[in-house]
Amino acid sequence: MSKPIQISVAPGTSRVNKTGSWRTMRPIFKHDTCNDCRICVLVCPDACITGADNVYDADLDYCKGCGICAYECPVGDIDMVVEVK
Amino acid sequence: MRKLIEGSMAVAEMVRLCRPHVVAAYPITPQTHIVENLSQFVADGELKAEFLNVESEFGAASVILGATVTGARAYSTTTSQGLLLMGEVLFNIAGLRLPTVITCANRAVSAPINIWNDHSDAMVMRDAGWVMLFAEDNQEAADMHPQAYKIGEDPDICLPVLINMDGFILTHAFEPVDIPEQQEVDDFLPPYQPSEYMTVKDPRTFGLLADPQWYMETRYKLQETLEDVKPVIERVADEFKAKFSRYYGGLIDTYRMDDAQRVFVAMGSLVGTVKEVVDDLRARGEKAGLLKIRSYRPFPRERILEVCKDVEELIVLEKAISFGSGGMLQEEMRAVFYKQKHQPSVSGFILGLGGRDIPPSSLIDVYKVCQGKVISNEFVDLRPEVVPKNSPLSAPVDGWLEDI
Repeated sequence: MSKPIQISVAPGTSRVNKTGSWRTMRPIFKHDTCNDCRICVLVCPDACITGADNVYDADLDYCKGCGICAYECPVGDIDMVVEVK
Repeated sequence: MRKLIEGSMAVAEMVRLCRPHVVAAYPITPQTHIVENLSQFVADGELKAEFLNVESEFGAASVILGATVTGARAYSTTTSQGLLLMGEVLFNIAGLRLPTVITCANRAVSAPINIWNDHSDAMVMRDAGWVMLFAEDNQEAADMHPQAYKIGEDPDICLPVLINMDGFILTHAFEPVDIPEQQEVDDFLPPYQPSEYMTVKDPRTFGLLADPQWYMETRYKLQETLEDVKPVIERVADEFKAKFSRYYGGLIDTYRMDDAQRVFVAMGSLVGTVKEVVDDLRARGEKAGLLKIRSYRPFPRERILEVCKDVEELIVLEKAISFGSGGMLQEEMRAVFYKQKHQPSVSGFILGLGGRDIPPSSLIDVYKVCQGKVISNEFVDLRPEVVPKNSPLSAPVDGWLEDI
């Protein structure tokens, strides 16, 4: 008879699961026409975009490349490019 | 103390003696009296528990899931549509390995709406990862509750248990039931001591994402533990017998099986009727017997093989069907004997759906027609004016056993 599988973990451990490996498209933050509206920060479903003062970036450990930030950016400062190793 | 009480009251009394911290249930016929009695116990101070009035069975199952995660012993009860509404949560409770107990007052499933007994509700949940026990009478149904907590809470097991008792036939029947003293139950069932649980001061994450790298192992462990629980169910039944002098079998029970050649297989309250029929057949010189499936999940394959090694024919009686396939119990009984040295013939009959009465004479008919042939998924006692059908059961069997 074997012990049951461990059923719980300490809180916050979902960060261990780096979901960035799921990505096929990568956001490029050009830092060119950014108007500091922070819409990209608000709309990111993974909450992985951080920054300040016209300089924002996605945490590529978690960014799944959904492209919502690029679609919503009112000034076209984010491009989506194919992820290539 | 031995009392003449309703089956639902017997269950409520026994649940009270198991000292659950949390009871959450939504009333639904024929389970209602169990919930009513428990809420009365809480209101009267006879049961120190949190009783939650929930908005649905989905809520009830979710509450006992959450309660068990915090280390509480929790209880719920439902039936039919309620059990189906709990469905998603039932799979979660098993996947989270939470040892809680739900009583199902077995009832048919809609549509058409029908509040009477069969096993369609429970059988839908057979793949959820729960231990599933079926009670034959009210004493067994009541006694299953402390046994269920003890089985599920075993630190090597951590599984939920679904106790099945036939709606109305048991829940609303008055029978003499022995209700033990609190101290006796306390001696048998120690407080729940989970190895992992969360508190406000010590938060934990339960039910986290398992991606393709991890999910399959959790399923493997669930299957492995449902095999491991077999000896635990038997051990707990033995411990119960030693303490309370009552025994209903472990995974299975047998009746007049010593030299039996033709054996009925049944679950739940039908077992009582079949015992009468077996006695009757024995009195006529037939070598009839009965195999009672007490634990449907895990399925007691090894025990069945042991007790059927000299049996020629199995007659499976079941109150449920998997539409488009057939009787689940019948198919699983056949699978037990696949490629075994000794292979009894296995026939299967669907009966008693939606509370249709099962008179002993119908079981005698079933016994007669099986002689020498294999019959599958034959519905018993259909109304011929509604479903005109050429049934082997409608043809008289000449010169063989007088009718009752």
